[in-house]
Amino acid sequence: MKTNQEFIAGLEAFEKPEIPYTTLNLGPTHPATHGIFQNVLQLDGERIVTGEQTVGYIHRAFEKIAERRPFYQITPLTDRLNYCSAPINNMGWHLTVEKLLGIAVPKRVDYMRVMVMELARVADHIICNSILGVDTGALTGFTYVYQWREFIYEIYEEICGARLTTNMGRVGGFERDFNPIVFEKTRKFLKEFPPVWREFESLLTRNRIFMDRTIDTGAITTERALNYGFTGPNLRACGLDYDLRAVEPYCSYEDFQFDVPVGTTGDTYDRFLVRNEEIWQSLRIIEQAMLKIESMDPIYHADADHYYLPPKQEVYRNMEALIYHFKIIMGEIEAPVGEVYHAVEGANGELGYYLISDGGRSPYRLHFRRPCFIYYQAYPEMVRGQLLSDAIVVMSSLNVIAGELDA
Amino acid sequence: MTTEQIEQLLLNTTGQSHQLSLDGYGVMNLQLKVNQLFGVLLQLYKDPELEFHFLTDLCGIHYPDRKDEELCVVYHVHSMKLRTRLRLKVYVPIEKPEVPSVTGIYGSANWMERETYDFFGIQFVGHPNLRRILNMDEMEAFPLRKEFPLEDPMREDKADFHFGR
Repeated sequence: MKTNQEFIAGLEAFEKPEIPYTTLNLGPTHPATHGIFQNVLQLDGERIVTGEQTVGYIHRAFEKIAERRPFYQITPLTDRLNYCSAPINNMGWHLTVEKLLGIAVPKRVDYMRVMVMELARVADHIICNSILGVDTGALTGFTYVYQWREFIYEIYEEICGARLTTNMGRVGGFERDFNPIVFEKTRKFLKEFPPVWREFESLLTRNRIFMDRTIDTGAITTERALNYGFTGPNLRACGLDYDLRAVEPYCSYEDFQFDVPVGTTGDTYDRFLVRNEEIWQSLRIIEQAMLKIESMDPIYHADADHYYLPPKQEVYRNMEALIYHFKIIMGEIEAPVGEVYHAVEGANGELGYYLISDGGRSPYRLHFRRPCFIYYQAYPEMVRGQLLSDAIVVMSSLNVIAGELDA
Repeated sequence: MTTEQIEQLLLNTTGQSHQLSLDGYGVMNLQLKVNQLFGVLLQLYKDPELEFHFLTDLCGIHYPDRKDEELCVVYHVHSMKLRTRLRLKVYVPIEKPEVPSVTGIYGSANWMERETYDFFGIQFVGHPNLRRILNMDEMEAFPLRKEFPLEDPMREDKADFHFGR
């Protein structure tokens, strides 16, 4: 019979490994983390035993700032959430405010928004998938496809004048109609990008090295993924066909033909494949949207005088327009009391806006449901028992964007 | 599934009657007492006809003017089977802001509860690791409470009056 002290000593000896685990700080400014966040990993040799994330390095208190801003001034804040696909965030915010104010938007505006959002999704997936290539050691594909992301930014530039943080559109529609160059450039994109992307896919999809690095790394089951709040391509890679564009169509997505690709194992390779296929589906949607926009009368905003700024020429000549202009800029709009949750399918998951209005000029409370803040929790579980080099690949394939993580 | 059917299911399983209400935007709302929260969420999760398996969002709200229910925690749960969202709310007094943690049901609640604690100081009882997440650990205030000033409090051009309150 052991005494108590002997028993405790035995336990301690059992808990202490012969060689202590190595603590490794991956981040906060590690080039391979693609953003400022830290992972403190415990390593047994090169295998990961546990990990803990530290986030909040670029927290900018957007939710607090939003409580002191009129609705239209919050759009630039949303740019800075997922800055790889800022137009989706902008459109999501406009849709939320329109839902609160009860503005019905013409179909053509919906289609214009769909076109912009799908371009943004393509740009975001180009970044994520080509960087996944970089992290597995294939730099060529990245430099090759990045010029097309640049090209999408040129299209944004024609639409709104900005490239990265777009601040695109307004509550009620767009500030101006798409000019002919937008259609010209989009048509060029639809014609010349697919062969490039096919080439990129042929570099990686059946590449032995890439497959060995990504298959079975960072796999997660559907149940665990749901429990961890996964959404977007990461959840679909686990085999669940949950896409807000299909199950809860917003912005007239029900008028478009597209498929929702799903994976099977939820590993890094499946996430890569799902994103690849989503790019093809987005191209289909853009093509349909373009045809629809061009065949309709050039309406680009809702008929909502109280919320949508009057044309500038009117402001200078017409008293009523001047008054509306002043009132809207000062934020003096009649917002109803109420609360709205509106979600859009962002490039990396369900991006939700929970807006509570007490009738004031600014939100009483605004909460962003940021997809990657929620699913990044699963990261230690996904890399447990894997190699250090896999940790980089898994993080990259999760598409964690620091701006969205920290809001 | 209508609100009445869900009310009936909850009455059968929890033995308490709950009043669901539809808001102007078609989302079901349910206001709960703090001690009912965990049981109701567990039933919503477990019930084979409901299957609210997804916690979409969890956040806090501060209402300084409501006596003894100054802080509110809002849960958005989602049933992929019914394609329905449900919004649950609990109110707690600011002197004793204690809410049971739902991390046992939804793993995703872990960081969301930490975030809510970080900004509103709501204590989630039973949370495995209730620490600040976005702000630094040394911080003492809870910055999303209304009394925490965003701007220089001496500035008059940013007074509440100018925001219609």
